[in-house]
Amino acid sequence: MNTFTDVEIESITLRIDDKDVSCRKGETVLQVARENGIDIPTLCYMEGLTVWGGCRLCMVEIAGFPKLQAACATVCTEGMNISTNSPRLENYRRIIVELLLAERNHVCSVCVSNGHCELQAMAIKLGIDHVRFAYRFPHLDVDNSHDRMRMDHNRCILCSRCVRVCAEIEGAHTKDIKGRGVLAAIIHDLDQNWGESETCTSCGKCVNICPTGALTHRGTAVGEMTKKTMFLPYLTLMREAQP
Amino acid sequence: MTTSTPKPTVATVWLDGCSGCHMSLMDLDERLITLAGLVEVLHSPVVDQKQFPQQVDVTLVEGAVSSEEDLHKALIIRARSKLVVALGDCAVTGNVPAMRNYFDRSDLFARAYVENAQEPPTPAERQVALPVVGVPPLRPHATALHEVIKVDMFLPGCPPPADAIWYVLTEILAGRTPATTTVSGFGR
Amino acid sequence: MKPEELTAMAEKARNQDAHFSHHIHVCTESGCVSSQSDVLLKNITDEVQRRGLKSTVCVKGVGCMGLCCNGPLLKADDTMYQSVKPEHAGTVVESLAGQPVAELVCDTKQPFFTRQKLIVRENAGRIDPENLADCVAHGAYRALLKVLTGMTPQQVIAEISESGLRGRGGAGFPTGLKWATVSKAGGKTKYVICNGDEGDPGAFMDRSVMEGDPHRVLEGMAIAAYAVGARQGILYVRAEYPLAVKRLTRAINQARREGLLGHGLFGSNFDFNVEIRLGAGAFVCGEETALIASVEGKRGMPRPRPPYPANSGLHGCPTLINNVETFANIPAIIERGGKWFATIGTEKSKGTKIFALTGKIKNTGLIEVPMGMPLREIIYDIAGGIPDGKAFKAVQTGGPSGGCIPAEHLDITVDYESLTKLGSIMGSGGMIVMDETSNMVDVARFFMEFCMSESCGKCIPCRVGTYEMHELLDRICKRQATMADLSLLKDLCDMVKQTSLCGLGQSAPNPVLSTLRYFESEYLKLIQSSPTGLAEDGAKHVALEVLS
Repeated sequence: MNTFTDVEIESITLRIDDKDVSCRKGETVLQVARENGIDIPTLCYMEGLTVWGGCRLCMVEIAGFPKLQAACATVCTEGMNISTNSPRLENYRRIIVELLLAERNHVCSVCVSNGHCELQAMAIKLGIDHVRFAYRFPHLDVDNSHDRMRMDHNRCILCSRCVRVCAEIEGAHTKDIKGRGVLAAIIHDLDQNWGESETCTSCGKCVNICPTGALTHRGTAVGEMTKKTMFLPYLTLMREAQP
Repeated sequence: MTTSTPKPTVATVWLDGCSGCHMSLMDLDERLITLAGLVEVLHSPVVDQKQFPQQVDVTLVEGAVSSEEDLHKALIIRARSKLVVALGDCAVTGNVPAMRNYFDRSDLFARAYVENAQEPPTPAERQVALPVVGVPPLRPHATALHEVIKVDMFLPGCPPPADAIWYVLTEILAGRTPATTTVSGFGR
Repeated sequence: MKPEELTAMAEKARNQDAHFSHHIHVCTESGCVSSQSDVLLKNITDEVQRRGLKSTVCVKGVGCMGLCCNGPLLKADDTMYQSVKPEHAGTVVESLAGQPVAELVCDTKQPFFTRQKLIVRENAGRIDPENLADCVAHGAYRALLKVLTGMTPQQVIAEISESGLRGRGGAGFPTGLKWATVSKAGGKTKYVICNGDEGDPGAFMDRSVMEGDPHRVLEGMAIAAYAVGARQGILYVRAEYPLAVKRLTRAINQARREGLLGHGLFGSNFDFNVEIRLGAGAFVCGEETALIASVEGKRGMPRPRPPYPANSGLHGCPTLINNVETFANIPAIIERGGKWFATIGTEKSKGTKIFALTGKIKNTGLIEVPMGMPLREIIYDIAGGIPDGKAFKAVQTGGPSGGCIPAEHLDITVDYESLTKLGSIMGSGGMIVMDETSNMVDVARFFMEFCMSESCGKCIPCRVGTYEMHELLDRICKRQATMADLSLLKDLCDMVKQTSLCGLGQSAPNPVLSTLRYFESEYLKLIQSSPTGLAEDGAKHVALEVLS
C-alpha cells in the first residue's frame, strides 16, 4: 500500500454477508469488511502490525472453500462470497472466548481494566453469560519489577500484540513467548524480570496495545486503566508516507 | 407459570459473596414495593424465615460455592426450586472468592492465621490457630454455582445493576427468557 | 566428481567385496543398538580378527532389517539370526564354516519378510550407512548422475508426476505437483527442505531411513533441488535422533569430500549443498510453516497459509518441503521410471509405504508394503496377529492426528482414501495395534495429552481447546462425567477441528472423534457407571458425592 504515489489500482468485487463490496487488490477480507461497516470480531489483529492469526475469532465461511478461513489472513479474490456471522461461526466464537476466560484468572470485578477491556467487551458482545468449561485456576506471577509498568500474567490472553508492537514498531523485541500450550507465557529478554531488561525502552506501546489488564501502568486502581491505541495508525501512516 | 400459591414465590440466598448483589437488589428502591405485590419472598437474608422453604418458584443465588455448607445449601436449593438463577459474578464465575484457588488451602490458612497473626503463634498455638470446629470446612476450590448444580439462568455482573435484576425478574414473571447479557456482563 | 569417477568408485568397492567369501551384517540402527548390537558388532569384528579371517570375512554394520522386536538382528551370509547377544559372537563366526546356529535362526520365509516390497528400504540390511563407497556400490547417486547428465528439470518433474508419488509426511499431497509449483515460482533463491522431524508416538520410519540409508535422502534432495531450481538444501532432523544426525552429518561430509555435494556436480553447472538443522523437540515443528520459522531461528510456530512455502517459504523464498520417505523414493523412481512406480499400489495411492508396527502384535518393527494392502493382511499375516490369544480391538493409524479403525473394517485396503473415509489418516505411517483389554477412552485421552503438551500455544482453539478436551476425557475416564460433559466434548471437538490454525490443532480431535464413532458405547458405559452419570443436567461430580 502506498497512499502518496500514483499506483495502478486493480479493483476486486466480492460479496460479504449478501452485500456487494469492492476493494483494492491485496486487501484482506477483514479490512474490506470493516471498511464496509461489517463487524468481524478479533482479539489478536491490530491494523499496523503483522497478521498473527491466533485468536481465530475472525473465522469466516467462504463459498467454495472447504475450510473456514481467518478473515485477517485471507486476501480477497474476485467473486468471493463470504459469510461472517452464521450461527455456526457465532457458536465457535462463543466457545473460543469461553476458553480464554477459563484459561487464566480473569476476575473482571477487581481488574484495573474493568470496563475498558477487549476480552470483557467481547464476552458481553457474544452474549456469554457463563463459562461451561473447567476453570484452570493457574498460579501465575505478576511482574512488578518495572518502575512504570506492570505485567500481570493472570490476565494475559497471549494475543502477542505486545510482542509484535515491541519488535515491529519500537524495534526493541524485548518481549517474546516461552513455553508450549497453556503453559506458554510472555517473557522479557531471556525470561528476566521486566525491570531488569536491557532492551526495553520503556516506551509503553505494549501497555497501550494490550487488549486486557495484563499490561498496565502502575498506580492504577480498578477500572482506571484506559488504553490509547491511536499511536499505531498514526505511526503506520507516517511509515507509509516515507518515500 | 403455574404456582402453588396465588403469587409466585421467590427466595434469595447468600453464599460466598460480599452481599453486594443483595445490596443491588435493595437498590430496586420503590420498585421493591411493586415487587412485593407481584411475588411472595419466602426466604432471604432480608426476611426472618431461616429455613429454606420446601418449594420455591424462583431462587436467586448470590456467591460462589466455597465451603461444604455452601455446597449443602446449593443442593437443597436445587432440589426445592423450579428455577435457579445465578445472581452476580461470584455465583456465575467464582469471581473474587475463587481467587484463593491459585493457592493450597494449607497455604491460605498459614497466611491468614499464622503469618498475619498480630503476635506470631507458638508451635502449640499453631495447632489450634486453624479453625476446624464450628465452621464449615473449605472446599479445595471456590467454584461457580453451575459447577455443582444445574443452573437455569445466569445474570453476571459485580454486582448486576438493580435495573438488570428488575428486568430479569419481570421477564421471568412474564414467562419469558431474559437476555441477561444485554443488561449486564462480567465485572460490570 | 566426474560421472566416470562414480562408476569407478562403485566398481572398486564391488571388486573389494568380491574378495570376501563370507559376509556378516549386523543391524546398527537405534532399535538394535539399544539391545547392544554395537557391542555385538565389535565382538564379531574382534572374533574375526582373532581367528585371522579378516581377509575372507566381511563384517559390517547395516541398516534396519525390520523385525525390531527380535533384535539385535544379524545376517551371516544367507542366514538371518535374531536376538543375538554380544556373547554369541564366537558361535556366529564359527558357524560360517559349518551349520547355522539353530537356536538363533530367524525364518526369512515367514510372511513378515515375504509379503513386503522394498523400494525405499531396498538397501537396508545390505549397505553400511557410514561407508560411501559401499552405498555407491549399491547404486547410490546413480539416479542423480542420470538426472544431471541427461534430463531437464521439466523431465524430472514429469517423471515424478507420472509416478503418482504422494507426500509421505501425512497429507498425501501429489509430489510432482508440489515440485512443479516451486519450480514455477519466481525468484532466484529457492530452498529444498527435508522434514525429518518425525514426532508421532510409535513412529520411527524416517529415523530408520536416515540411519540406514542417509545418502538416499541426500540424493533425493539433490534431484529435487535440480528439478525446482534450488541450490541449498536443509535437513531438519529432531535432536532426539542422535544416531540419525551422526550418520547424516557423516554422509554430508563424505558426499562433500567426494564432490557429490557442492559445485558443478558431475561436471554440470548444478551446485547443491545441504546443511543440517536440529529440531529442539517440538512436535509442531513437523508442520511446514513452523519448521521454516524454526530454521529461521524464530520460535517454532505455524503461520496462516496461504502463502504456501512453495511461493513464500524460508526467508520468504520459494521452498520445497518434503518428508524423508518422500525424498527416499525419488532415486528409485528416476532410475526405474515413473511408469514402473505407478504400477505399484492402488489407483490413487502409488508405490509402497513404510509402517512402524507397534502395540499388541507379535511382530513389532518396520515394514514396507505396497499401497492398497488389506489391513487384515498387515495385522494378521505380516505382524503375526495378536499375542496371548487376545482379540483384536482397533488399530490406531496416523499418530495423534489419526484415528482408530475397529475390527469390522479390517478388510479395508491401506491407502490415503480408504483411511480418510474411515475417519483416520495415513499420516506418516505409525500403526499402533490394540487388543480387547484396551480402553478406547483412555486411548483418546493419551493422544489428547500428547496434543495438549505439544500445542505451540499460538491459537486459542488448540492451546486451550486441547486442555479442556483432555479435562473432559479425564473426567469421563475417572467416572466423574455427565451426559452434558459428553455433549460439551463433542462441541469442543468440532470447534477445535474447524477453527485451529494448523494441522496439529485441526487434527487433535481425531482420536476422540474416531473412538466416538466406533466405540461410543465405551464412553457411555463410563458415564453411566459414574455416580452422577444419568443426570442430564450440568450437576457435576461433587453433587452426589455429598448427598450419598
